[in-house]
Amino acid sequence: MPYYENVFIGRQDLSSAQVEALTDSYAAIIEEQGGKVLKREHWGLKSLAYRIKKNRKGHYVMLIVEAEWPALAEIERQMRLSEDIIRFLTVRIEEVSEEPSPMMTRRDRDERRPRRDDRGGDRGGDRGGDRGGRDDRPLPREENSEAAVAAAGGTE
Amino acid sequence: MAMGAAGGSRRPFFRRKKSCPFSGPNAPAIDYRDVRLLQRFLTDRGKIVPSRISAVSAKKQRGLAQAIKRARHLGLLPYLIR
Repeated sequence: MPYYENVFIGRQDLSSAQVEALTDSYAAIIEEQGGKVLKREHWGLKSLAYRIKKNRKGHYVMLIVEAEWPALAEIERQMRLSEDIIRFLTVRIEEVSEEPSPMMTRRDRDERRPRRDDRGGDRGGDRGGDRGGRDDRPLPREENSEAAVAAAGGTE
Repeated sequence: MAMGAAGGSRRPFFRRKKSCPFSGPNAPAIDYRDVRLLQRFLTDRGKIVPSRISAVSAKKQRGLAQAIKRARHLGLLPYLIR
C-alpha cells in the first residue's frame, strides 16, 4: 500500500484536546478503511504566514499513513466539511523516514524566535501604540491648521 | 556577487564557479516542512529566487519551487511580504 503524508491545520481557538479528538477521528477513519497510521506529529499552535479564514494561528497536525487512496479521499472529504479545519495537504511519499520531520527538530528554534519577536512586538507595540496615538493626534491638527491657514490665506 | 562584478568591470574577470546547494554529499533534502531552509531561497518580498542567482540546478529548482508552493499553501511561508 502506498504511503501518504497528510498535514492539516485546525482553527486557532480549538483546545489541544479538541485537536487530539479530531486527529483520533481521522485515524479511526483510516483504520476503518484498512489502512495504518504510522506516525502522528503535533506541531502545536503555530502562527500562519498569512491569514486563513480569519485565523492568524493554527494547530498543525501531521499524519503519516499507509493506506489506499479512498481512505484518504474520505479524510479529505471530512476535512472539507469540517469548519474546524482551515487547510490541509495530502502528499504521496515514497518512503517513511524514521527521523522526526524537520518541523519537530526546528520547532524549538522556530518557537523561540516568535516568542522573542512576540515579546519585542508587545513592547514595541505598546510603545508604538502610544507614539502612534500621539503622532496620529497632532497630524490632523496640523493638517487642520494648515488647511485653516490656507483657507485664511485664501480669504485674505 | 559574480554577476554584479561582471557588469561593471573592464578587467578580465573570473566568475566564481557556483555549485548547486542541493547537489553533493552533504546536500540537504528539499522538504516543504523545512521552512528555514526554504526561506533562504525567497527574496525579501517572498518571491522564489531564480536559479541563475541561487545556482540551484534545474532539476532541484523544480523540486524547490514545488516545496515552496506547498509550504505557502499550508501557511508556513508567505505568498507576499509587504
